[in-house]
Formats: sequence, C-alpha cells, structure tokens
Amino acid sequence: MVPSDLRYTKDHEWVRIDGDEATIGITSYAADQLGDIVFVELPETGRTLDQFAAFGVVESVKAVSDLFAPLSGEVSETNQELGPKPELVNSDPFDAGWMIRVRIADPGQVEALLDAHAYDALIAAG
Amino acid sequence: MTDAADATIHLTPLADAHRALGARLIEFSGWLMPVQYGSILDEHKTVRERLGLFDLSHMGELYVEGPESGHALASALVSDPPSLAVGRAQYSMICAPDGGIIDDLIVYRLGEMRYLVVANAGNAPVVSDSLATRLAGFAAVLDDRSLATGLLAVQGPRAVDALGPLTDVDLDALRYYGAAEGKVAGIDALVARTGYTGEDGFEVFVETARTAELWDLLLEAVRAHGGAPIGLGARDTLRLEAGMPLYGNELDLDTNPYEAGLGRVVKLTKTGDFVGRSALEKVAREGPSRKLVGLIVEGRGIARHGYPVFAGDRRTGVVTSGTQSPTLGVPIAMAYVAPSDAEPGTVVDVEIRAARVPARSVALPFYKRGA
Repeated sequence: MVPSDLRYTKDHEWVRIDGDEATIGITSYAADQLGDIVFVELPETGRTLDQFAAFGVVESVKAVSDLFAPLSGEVSETNQELGPKPELVNSDPFDAGWMIRVRIADPGQVEALLDAHAYDALIAAG
Repeated sequence: MTDAADATIHLTPLADAHRALGARLIEFSGWLMPVQYGSILDEHKTVRERLGLFDLSHMGELYVEGPESGHALASALVSDPPSLAVGRAQYSMICAPDGGIIDDLIVYRLGEMRYLVVANAGNAPVVSDSLATRLAGFAAVLDDRSLATGLLAVQGPRAVDALGPLTDVDLDALRYYGAAEGKVAGIDALVARTGYTGEDGFEVFVETARTAELWDLLLEAVRAHGGAPIGLGARDTLRLEAGMPLYGNELDLDTNPYEAGLGRVVKLTKTGDFVGRSALEKVAREGPSRKLVGLIVEGRGIARHGYPVFAGDRRTGVVTSGTQSPTLGVPIAMAYVAPSDAEPGTVVDVEIRAARVPARSVALPFYKRGA
C-alpha cells in the first residue's frame, strides 16, 4: 500500500497537499522500476508548471525518464539534497526523496489525480 | 517495461534460475536476459571489489576446423589467427569489403587445425552466414554451436580463488587471453582468461545441457567468496569504465576499426588478401575521419547514446555510450569526434536536453585495475 494521505498520477508521481502548497515526488514503485537513481534535474524556483507537463528528469544508471507535474503552479522550492544524494529517491521516495514544492494554481485540478486506492489498483494491473 | 517474453525470443538454459533469483529479465539481442538481480550499482561494486557470475549464454560460438581453418579465418577476419599459439586467443573483427565492422570477436586457437570464434549475440547469425560464405573453397568446416553452448563468466579480483578449487585447469598458468580445455566441477568445459569488465576473470564454455548445473555450482563458489550473480546492466557500466566498445554503440557497419581506436587489431602485414583489406589500408594511410574518445562530463547531467557533441559552435560528433561511473562517481561517456578534437584534455560540449554541458576528453580506459 502506498501512503493514503497522498494523491497520485498515472505517471507515478505523488503529491502531498498542504493548504495552497503541494509537495511532489515519485512513488516507490517508480523508483524501484527505474533502479539506482544517479541524477535528478529539477526546475528553477519561480518557474510555472502546467498540469501533466514535463518539469524535470530523473536518470537511473540505465535510462532517462521525464517527471510530470501533477498540478499547475509556480515552483516555490526544490530539494537541494538530491544534488549530492540522488539515491534518496530510492531509499526514501515519499519523504526525504521529495523533489519540488509548488504553489497550487487551481485547487480543482486535484480532482483529476488518483487516490491511494486507485493508484494501488493501477500498479497491481501492471 | 519489457518483461513479457515473446514467442520468438531465445531462452538461455538459466532463464528459470534467473527468475528464481528475482532477476528483472529483458529482451536483449533476441534473448531473454537478466538486466539486474537487485541494484546495478551494488552489482558493479561487487565485481570491482570481489567477484560476480554472469550468464553470457546468448553469445555466439562458431567452431572452425580443418587443415585450412587458419588460412580461411585469416582471409575472413582482419586479425591473423594462424599467428596464435594453441591455447591462445586474440581480439578480432569481421569487416565488410568497405571496412565497416560486421562484428567484434574473440578468436581462440584450440588446436593446430581448430578455432573457436565468439560473436555477439545479436550478430551471431550474420557472422555465421558471412563465415560460411568466406570459408567456401577452403578445407575448413564451420560448426555453429551457438544454441548448443552455454557461457558463464566469473569476473573480479577473487575469480581465481572461487574457480581454482573447482577445476583441473591450472589457472595460475593460464595467462590473459589464454584458454584451456578441462573440467569444471566435473563438467567438460573450455576455460578462458578473458572478460568484459576490466577485472581479472574467466569465461567458461560448456554444453547447453549442463549449463544450469554448472551455474548452480559456480554461484555457490562465487557467493562463498563474497560474490553475486550480475546482470547485463552492470556488465555495461563495467565495460564502459574499462573503455571497451559495445557493438551497436561504438561499433557498427558505418564504423571502421581505426575510427574506434582499434587499428592494432587489423594485421595489414599478414600475407594474403582479406575482406576489407584495400579499404582499411586506405584508412590506415590517410587516417580516420573521426576518432573515439573518452569524455568526463564536467557540468551537470549524464551524456547518453546519441547526444550531439560540439566544439564551440561546430558539431564535432556524437556520444556512443554514457553513464554515471559507479567507480569514479562522475558521468563518463565515449563519443566520436573530429580528429582535431580528439586530443586528451580537449574540452567539448555535450548537448544534454538543449543545454550545452562541458566535457573533457580523456585517454581510455577510465578505469584500470591495480596490478
């Protein structure tokens, strides 16, 4: 089971909503599928993201994968720890491996995201 | 993900063993192969520090026998197999008439009139066909035993410790690129001191029917010495650190051996014609139009296969392989660049997702094991 207090995308990002701010990362399933993560490229703070558009990349030993924004909004903070320690995404994807914080532009967009139950079903379906 | 097996994909004798070990299996060159059992970084480190066991049963094994087998291979390949002593091996290539590389190979001389040519899995059918054509007219017979032969590799600084007690082959007497037939755990095998990791190690050829049995026994010995099974993911990062080319990345039909920095493999001094000779003599005389270099990325990002390389505003070449080096902790890559940009120390830019990221050309290999 993934954490029940988060919302999810079909692209395996998670989002934690706290008032008008959203914290975003990738799920344990995504981290496991990617394997050892060796580089994370995140946007500058102040950049405006569109829901479901690419906002950065994560690189494992083998491959490059895009990261997609679960919600529209302005990037207010990025996880500076991931520069020297990208492996945090593997070891603690839902907490220390968070990637960006976004000021939510449109709270209504949350309705388009999966809840934990639906995301678990998505993973189970492969 | 490409976990699903396709009906046309070959299985090695170890597919069930890999599944039981929890491997992630992918299709590679027409074979279902383990890409990793756990963490690629851990597997890489295990081979550098201790040892690993690899299933390489997808590779092609082509035996050439007969009174003219040596001459036939000398005319078919760019190297000079008859110059090998029995029990020795050489790195070689089979080229097209225009000098393009059909495959890179290892040729083992197993007897006065008997050779083994090992080809990459994806190329084994075309190498087999080409050899059959090129051997016509010689007193030499090709026996393609690719599907009848398993291949296991024990690689790492503890390889002798793990393999030694299991074999009657004198490993101390077996030098790098030497090979001897003998028994491993009572099973008939060919043991060669060759590999693709930059570490000491051995490759063990065995018949398909006994490959799973040998894998189990070798895995037990490897684990007893702190080792583990290793997938193709770590095999790729290990060979890249060791500066070894991968067919399809650094080598292909549009590339000649001199561009790849492997002109020493081409024996222009051997007597008689061989396929590609006149084209390769011209390249040797005039110099290659591009050169393979090592790059260490000095900015942020990993240079990957296909990324363009610039010298100032001029596009000078392209990245062929790249990864984060587990041993060095920096992004490394191999790339083809113009000869004028190939000098070690030259700074070029790699285009990584629309950004120009500086990278320094260095002499290969990136990693060389301690003596």
